[in-house]
Amino acid sequence: MNATIAMLTWRALLGRRRAALLLALPLVLLVLAAGLRLTGVADLEASRGVLGALVLGTLVPLLALIIGTGVISPEIDDGSIVYVLAKPVSRATIVVTKLAVAAACIALFAALPTLVAGLVMARNEAGVAVAYAIGTLVGGVAYCAVFLLLGVVSKHAVVLGLVYALLWETLIGGYVPGARTLSVQQWAVSVTSALAEDGAVTANVRLAVAVTFLVVATVAATAYASRRLRSLTLTGEE
Amino acid sequence: MSTITVERASRWFGNVVAVNDVSMTIAPGVTGLLGPNGAGKSTLIHMMAGFLPPSAGTVTLDGAPVWHNEDTYRRIGLVPEREGMYDFLTGWQFTLANARLHGLADPQAAAARALDTVEMAFAKDRPLDTYSKGMKQRVKMAAALVHDPAVLLLDEPFNGMDPRQRLQLMALIRQMGAQGRTVLFSSHILEEVEQVASHIEVVVAGRHAASGDFRAIRRLMTDRPHVFLLRSSDDRRLAAALIAQPSTASVELDARERALRVYAVDFQQFVRVLPRLAAELGIRLYEVAPSDESLESVFSYLVTS
Repeated sequence: MNATIAMLTWRALLGRRRAALLLALPLVLLVLAAGLRLTGVADLEASRGVLGALVLGTLVPLLALIIGTGVISPEIDDGSIVYVLAKPVSRATIVVTKLAVAAACIALFAALPTLVAGLVMARNEAGVAVAYAIGTLVGGVAYCAVFLLLGVVSKHAVVLGLVYALLWETLIGGYVPGARTLSVQQWAVSVTSALAEDGAVTANVRLAVAVTFLVVATVAATAYASRRLRSLTLTGEE
Repeated sequence: MSTITVERASRWFGNVVAVNDVSMTIAPGVTGLLGPNGAGKSTLIHMMAGFLPPSAGTVTLDGAPVWHNEDTYRRIGLVPEREGMYDFLTGWQFTLANARLHGLADPQAAAARALDTVEMAFAKDRPLDTYSKGMKQRVKMAAALVHDPAVLLLDEPFNGMDPRQRLQLMALIRQMGAQGRTVLFSSHILEEVEQVASHIEVVVAGRHAASGDFRAIRRLMTDRPHVFLLRSSDDRRLAAALIAQPSTASVELDARERALRVYAVDFQQFVRVLPRLAAELGIRLYEVAPSDESLESVFSYLVTS
């Protein structure tokens, strides 16, 4: 971890339009939760629907895509990453620091709003609100690690990330049960299910498998991103 | 004192060869890397800065390879060509961040000293995106100097600068060289290079074309054969008189252009002889135009000679 890199990453990420987008998405969730509560529709069932399909299925991959690529892609695009790379700092430190900033953002813009929305809708009935908040956090961090890697290896990280989230997790995962084993979203659901009261949330992947894959995906993506960052080349005169 | 050694280095991108079997040694003092756009200057600098591995050959700093060696950045200061530099920071914050990233014992003092050196202390509290091109260039220089590096690499530092900023930067680069640093900067303008660098390396189309003292390079460039297009009141009589001169190799009457094409082998002598000859013969010169003065033709001559 490096405080200077964290500061640069944080300020670059939350500058300009990206901060507005990061605030708008959780705001939609909170407004929806409050609306359901006020109209009296909010109960455990509605809460599970919103937190499962909307939060884990859509909001978290989207936020993680913005955050995970946002902690590194813009700097590579405009070349400012040079000032960080031309220093006697290990590339692993750079990647781990950026992932830590991404994790903090996930906690702030995804996990915390999820907790609040869950409490507003069903007062943590069956432990669902807390369980989803934690599922959001671990899933979000794994997503970020993968998207950060995409940001290092490709100029089209956002497109690739969208293809993964939409095509693989939603479309293929929806029809082919086997694909769910390799889905960050399903791992997060599995963790959520284990934390909530029995039967409150249904998981498709066993907990042991989910936790193992979450850890492996996060660690492997981070390690490979460090390696690729070490070999990042600059090609000028373009 | 540090030395960069490029030994038989080549770099290709797919089918395109950007740098072709180049060997050069960059010693303490100021060296200018001269060449037309697209000659491979940036590719060379990126290889020296550890941001590109050579496809063949080696690039070393004091004997240690630069690629995949983060420790060399303790001795290298890099001023990149691109503009991206965390524009939301102030000049002070940016320089301080660079000092901190180097893990210096007293980053505040180092940043203050570097900003003083480039004379940017007066604007240090303004955000970078309010800076002019020249100011940005100087802050980039400050960021490269925070850790007092032995080697300074500057990629096209004069690009887009106005004449006053150019003079300031030239003075600064000369000062860095006089302090015993190994300073290398790239440029495609000969006048720029010869005002700052005592030593010049010329690259053309990826190849090392010439190396040496700027006077020697200057002579190479002006002594090459020149082609002139002349229009006068009596082209035929002028042609006859010119071919008698040892500085002229051939003369051609271009009927379509209605002009004389003169191939001069001795530039210095030819430009002295031509007006005198015209005056003696009472011929009026309407036009004297060098027809191949493009930088590319000058450089390509250097490669073939």
